[in-house]
Amino acid sequence: MASIEVNGKSYETDEEGYLINLADWTEEVGNYLAQTESVVMTEAHWEVINFLRDYYNEFQIAPAVRVLTKAIGKKLGPDKGTSQYLYELFPYGPAKQACKIAGLAKPTGCV
Amino acid sequence: MLHIVNKSPAERNALESCLRVAQDGGAILLIEDAVYAATRGNAAENHLRDAMSRFKVYALAPDLEARGMHERVMEGVTTVDYGGFVDLVAQHKNCQSWL
Amino acid sequence: MSEGTVKKFMFVNRKAPYGTVYALESLEVVLITAAFDQDVSLVFMDDGVFQLKQGQQTKGIENKNFSPTYRALDGYDIEKLYVEEESLAARGLTEDDLLVDVTVMSRAELGNLMEEQDVVLSF
Repeated sequence: MASIEVNGKSYETDEEGYLINLADWTEEVGNYLAQTESVVMTEAHWEVINFLRDYYNEFQIAPAVRVLTKAIGKKLGPDKGTSQYLYELFPYGPAKQACKIAGLAKPTGCV
Repeated sequence: MLHIVNKSPAERNALESCLRVAQDGGAILLIEDAVYAATRGNAAENHLRDAMSRFKVYALAPDLEARGMHERVMEGVTTVDYGGFVDLVAQHKNCQSWL
Repeated sequence: MSEGTVKKFMFVNRKAPYGTVYALESLEVVLITAAFDQDVSLVFMDDGVFQLKQGQQTKGIENKNFSPTYRALDGYDIEKLYVEEESLAARGLTEDDLLVDVTVMSRAELGNLMEEQDVVLSF
């Protein structure tokens, strides 16, 4: 099993670097995962990450991109509910990359 | 609509549920362990006989033969081979497999 | 799938949630199907109605509790959830015991609906 080390503590990940245990996640771990994805975290990034974590806690799944986009638009305003906005923040795919930083498993149906 | 059932009526409720929900005029094809339902003396015999007024009932011959039950098929049940299975699927607009 | 051809897909769920993997597998296929903009409906009958029972707590069996995910279906534009009346009654359940809004229907209504489908998938 692969693992990452953040502040001297080791966390299990799968081969693609997704956290195995959702409960392991901390903001520091999120920052570390963002670095591995070459994403520089801003407030706008955290807004999406926190949204994803809330969504996961409520529904126990990571949303599909289309669903994420729609839900973000509803919660954070229509200007943010576009795939363009989300891809600007997470160039390699909001679902895939943002989910990883948020400590979630890869979304169902996401290749 | 073609309904396909593959579980023994003594073990699972698939046939029972199928007969409960299926609309008149449909066809029921019994395959694998469900072929026991189409044999004389089984506990579901009367149930299936009642259903024959509402549906056309088929059973897959290779499955009956494999189980040594081909001599005991109830009257009114049409046995089909694999080619007949394919024909039934093709003849109907849609089908539902009752797992 | 080519654009403009919307087909009717019905998922028929007849198994209880944790004893076998059918319920979870069905839910995952449903979520994937949602991406194709088809006319999707879900049926819960027989022990399948137990999938929607409120208050599932799976900590003790060390299984993932996927019941909250049924509440996400609305966000996936999957709004047609049908429950067979007799199956509920036979298990001592009513609509109020379920964790999502559903349409309760008789076996005849359900049978009619099934006839209308292009594709019926069983779990």
